Amino acid sequence: MTQSFHPYLLDRRWRVARNVVWAVLGVVMLAFFRTQILEHGKYQLQSETNRLRPIPLPAPRGIITDRNGKVLAENVPGYTVSLLPAGEDSLRAALARLAPVVKLDRAGVERVLVRFRRAPYLPVTVLPNAKFDVVAALEERRLVLPGLLIQPEPKRHYPDSGLIAHLVGYVGEVTETERGQRRWAAVRLGGLVGKDGLEREYDDSLRGADGVRFVEVSALGHVVREAGAASTLRPAPGKALRTTIDLDLQRYVAQIFPAGRRGALLALNPNTGETLALYSAPGFDPNAFVGGVDPDYWRRLSESESHPLMDRTIQASYPPGSTWKLAVAAIALKRGLVTFRSRMPIPCRGGLQYGNRFFRCWSPGGHGELTLTDAIAQSCDVYFYQLGLKVGLTSLLEEAGAWGFRARTGIDLPGEVLPKFPAGTDYYDRFYGPRRWTSAVTLNLAIGQGENAQTLVNMVRFYQMLASDGRARTPYLVHPLANSSMSLDLTPDQLAGLRQALINVVERGTARGARRYDSTLTIAGKTGTAQNPHGPAHGWFIGFAPADKPEIVVGAIVEFAREGPYVAPLVTRVIARYLGGDTTVASNLRLVLPTDTAPHPMQVLPGPPEQDTTVTDTTTMPPDTTRATPPPRNR
Amino acid sequence: MRPRLREIDKPLAGAALALALYGLAALYSAGQTDVPTFVATIWHKQLIWLAVGLVALILIFRVSPRLLEWATPYAYAVALLVLVVTLMVGSGGGTAAGTRSWITIGNLRLGQPSELAKLAVVLMLARWLAERREAPATLRELVPPCLIAGVPILLVILQPDLGSAIVFITVLFAMLFWAGTKPSLLLLLGSPAIGLILAFSTVAWGAWIILLFALLLWWRPYVWEGLTVMLANVFMGVIAVPFWRRLAPYQQNRLLAFLNPEVDPRATGWHVIQSKIAIGAGGLFGKGFTHGPQKRLAFLPAQHTDFIFPVVGEELGFLGVLVALALFAAFTLILLRVARRAADPFSSLCVFGIAGLLFTHIVENVGMTVNLLPITGIPLPFFSYGGSFMLTCALAVGIALRVARESRQSGYAES
Repeated sequence: MTQSFHPYLLDRRWRVARNVVWAVLGVVMLAFFRTQILEHGKYQLQSETNRLRPIPLPAPRGIITDRNGKVLAENVPGYTVSLLPAGEDSLRAALARLAPVVKLDRAGVERVLVRFRRAPYLPVTVLPNAKFDVVAALEERRLVLPGLLIQPEPKRHYPDSGLIAHLVGYVGEVTETERGQRRWAAVRLGGLVGKDGLEREYDDSLRGADGVRFVEVSALGHVVREAGAASTLRPAPGKALRTTIDLDLQRYVAQIFPAGRRGALLALNPNTGETLALYSAPGFDPNAFVGGVDPDYWRRLSESESHPLMDRTIQASYPPGSTWKLAVAAIALKRGLVTFRSRMPIPCRGGLQYGNRFFRCWSPGGHGELTLTDAIAQSCDVYFYQLGLKVGLTSLLEEAGAWGFRARTGIDLPGEVLPKFPAGTDYYDRFYGPRRWTSAVTLNLAIGQGENAQTLVNMVRFYQMLASDGRARTPYLVHPLANSSMSLDLTPDQLAGLRQALINVVERGTARGARRYDSTLTIAGKTGTAQNPHGPAHGWFIGFAPADKPEIVVGAIVEFAREGPYVAPLVTRVIARYLGGDTTVASNLRLVLPTDTAPHPMQVLPGPPEQDTTVTDTTTMPPDTTRATPPPRNR
Repeated sequence: MRPRLREIDKPLAGAALALALYGLAALYSAGQTDVPTFVATIWHKQLIWLAVGLVALILIFRVSPRLLEWATPYAYAVALLVLVVTLMVGSGGGTAAGTRSWITIGNLRLGQPSELAKLAVVLMLARWLAERREAPATLRELVPPCLIAGVPILLVILQPDLGSAIVFITVLFAMLFWAGTKPSLLLLLGSPAIGLILAFSTVAWGAWIILLFALLLWWRPYVWEGLTVMLANVFMGVIAVPFWRRLAPYQQNRLLAFLNPEVDPRATGWHVIQSKIAIGAGGLFGKGFTHGPQKRLAFLPAQHTDFIFPVVGEELGFLGVLVALALFAAFTLILLRVARRAADPFSSLCVFGIAGLLFTHIVENVGMTVNLLPITGIPLPFFSYGGSFMLTCALAVGIALRVARESRQSGYAES
């Protein structure tokens, strides 16, 4: 036995070794105590997020119906093919196996990868709108495709596609910008939101709330099983939306609207502001946007000269032309400057010399001496030049502003543009320079030219005031909006007189072609021609009926319509259809549009800002900026 | 000489048996995944290895310590030879993929010789230290034991198998301590390692050199010894950074991930993060035997070998961990007791070396699962699947049982 192995020394070392063992194991035990007891909650959570993947359950959007319950937008069953990736590499591998089945090209694969990187813990959509045969083919390959998810998902469908496109709009995937806003903050990445029309305006109630279910996945991304039902949150479907639209009327409008023409038609109930029909041409197919718009189709739409995405009832402004004369007449009446029998000092001899310029009337032969009633019926420019001067520029601007010609109507559709109308004489000072302009601008303004561009909805709202008791009813599609206190402030007699004058337009005046073709129905209305340097003038007609107790007011504009005498019959047929009259006669009618040579082509003063006077500028204006970028394609 | 039941140290055999059964249960559970893999039936193989180990245990139990002492040099030589052969013809495999730590003939993998070499080193150190009358008192006297351990260390580092190298070093220090070497001498011996670690911070390294200088003045070793120690420390400080660059990237990453697992949660840190999640989610009572979701869904890497302990932590909770740690503690302390009561220094050193060897494995393996220690691929005794290591453990237990029996028969035992 060696010295150092003496039992006493050995005992000492043994005690040291034993204490080391206890100390080391004590430290290990404390480490486990911290991990398992103190930090248990944290790791429990991590373990669950590790293995549980949320699968969004899309809520069906609320259906949209017309006033009679006919469907404008509904949901049809569809299938979404998505992958639950474990990582980018495994996603790549899965896509490589998936690509031939779902016909995914290289760019498509890259798009899927981009979507994955934005939300790596959510299933990434590969095919948003899978056909049944593709689904069947994928089901057969489920074993070799870890993380494959095929979900039934409601798909938006618009049975009447193009003819209600501007009305209902369309849906698309929420963009990053939108999610940054409070309104869409709750929408999940990849969720659908309304992009235009009613779908956008009422998105909050249509959208509903997406549900979520959890599946357990393995480290390789295999979906192992459904997590407990308790953790499933069922989707809350969106609320149904009942609109004031009359789908039959809307279809009729689309049917008779001159094919190939650009324009719009808006029909309101003058007593309530309910929108009965809202049509803009050319249209587009909102179904093409479901599940991601095809980039080619999007390019065709956004690059087209005719701007099919633009809603011409609210997003385009045109010089109101002669339809404006009623506003001038109403202002003059309200101010007590004239009565219906008033005549102007200078009778119409085909034009009016004012200063060093000659302002022509549309009728070169002249109308002679006219009362106000006749002047409206004949749409005599000379009469209204003088009436405008009589009212005065300041009063004209002031009253027109008070009647909403400078503001949006507030119709419940997104993207309504502001009509262009000078707020005061400062406007002219700014554009022409102080004292560089004369009251000749008043002459232009009095016949609906000059610095004035109105949207169809704004003009129709004005005629709605004429057709009712003089008070404005904000046009609406779903919910009556807060009624504006705006009113024409005319006496019932004055309103009746104006209506009689409008009846005369159809009976004897410029819209003779649209005169009564049904002995029981009297239609009142006014034509208009918007001068346009880029082509033939745009044709307006706004009318209402029955003239004594109006139930519908319809306005229409057809771009470049000069040669096509469409507008008044178009409106009268719509009115007849709505009121149950005979529409066949109306199809033979021809409208005599005033060959209105309003002074616009000969410029009153040099350099008026172009965008204020021509429609071409409003049509080249980009459509609503929210649609200016193509929505990300889903495939 | 047929061993009778009463000749067997029952606490030691009982603790080893309990651990073996506990480990087998954990290994069975490790195979119960939702998507079954080859691990599902690996506990069958482990059962066979247990049987093989039992046979080996009985065989070594019949070898007297004297015979063992005589055979030790040959065993050591064979171990070194096999390590060299492994370096030349070895292949990667199992959890040691990418290294050359396996002996393979054809498609048959014979095992990882480094595991058995550990036992050979223990025996060789015990023999050398027991032959001397006095404990090593100078650094010069420490050179032979350092060479005994150093040659295999070099060979396993070349594989490369850093974990086993660390085990050899720990065993060397433990046995030197048990042989009676003064702690100050051990500190001087270990100082280059400390210098190596501190070299990554110039300030810390400078402070260490000054402290070392003060210690040398105080302890007054031979001048040449002091100079050697100082030079070794300076040398370590100089080569530390180049040495770091020489390390394989996976070794660097393991060490870095130990410092901060979140550095790269998908790759290097993955093991530690998933292991901690599994253990932490286990809580006090665990998810239930075979029901751990982390393991079931294959989030746990190497759940049948290096990371088998998180399976215990996840499914049996803190209580299961406590039971396992208590068993390991009992096993180690029994070995210490056997070492203390051994009839001769060789036996005593053998058993203490075995205790140090297995305890190092236990602490390193269990510690790395909760990020207490850096990840090295060394198995957990009785739990991790692996034939060579199971055999090593069985032989170790067999030697310890024989030593316990010897001391009892010599009457040295107190009770």
